[in-house]
Amino acid sequence: MEEVVYESEVEIRNADGLHMRPAMQFVDTASGFESEIKVSNDQTEVDGKSIMQMSMLAATYGTKLKLRAEGCDACEAIEALRELVEVKKFDEPGPNEKKKE
Amino acid sequence: MRFADFVCFDAVIADVQATERNGVIAELAAALDRAGRLGRGNRDKITRAVIKRENEASTGVGKGVAVPHVKHKAVKDVIAVVARSSKGIDFSALDRQPVYAVFLLISPAEEPDKHLQAMETVFKHIQQEKFRRFLRQSQTAEEIEDLLREADENPSL
Repeated sequence: MEEVVYESEVEIRNADGLHMRPAMQFVDTASGFESEIKVSNDQTEVDGKSIMQMSMLAATYGTKLKLRAEGCDACEAIEALRELVEVKKFDEPGPNEKKKE
Repeated sequence: MRFADFVCFDAVIADVQATERNGVIAELAAALDRAGRLGRGNRDKITRAVIKRENEASTGVGKGVAVPHVKHKAVKDVIAVVARSSKGIDFSALDRQPVYAVFLLISPAEEPDKHLQAMETVFKHIQQEKFRRFLRQSQTAEEIEDLLREADENPSL
């Protein structure tokens, strides 16, 4: 199968940022793809399939992360992760929405 | 953020007595309470909140480390404590392995960014094999404090 590289930038839009639960959702989604997935902020690049590494990003609300996927399903992987981060916002509220108790 | 900014060194436990998850969490919360870091009468509420969070998804992130945590209005700043276990604790960890080092973190309810910064510090170090090994080999609370302070000075530890 064809190996492709696909990149995209996503912005964290849930108020609490990429804490452990969202990070685990990210890792779960990323792990569903064969492609290698790298996530980076300005300082570090980490493995998008490792919860230990993803928790190191400390991505607060508004942080922009660069996603890079390499492999046969790179495009689908990036699209699924972008949807999780920016559209579903990890099923969490944004800063001006009422918090679910 | 550095460990010294949020870890309560007076509450560090070099060899936790409890051998099961909830007991370990309770022991750590009690140590923070004795050190006066949880405010009056909050110990049990915080312990229950941490266990509830842990039941939703294990914070046993693998490689023998767990990071139970909760956001709670009882605290104004992020406060954390570390325990080492010589026997190993079943934390339902992601890799199903027993846990030998536990970081308990209590964060204020309304400061998500501080919580993330403290977690960043914890994870930056626990993913390093050398740091985990030194932590597991520590025999006293002082050795653990020294290790964390050294890690603050040395990003590669």
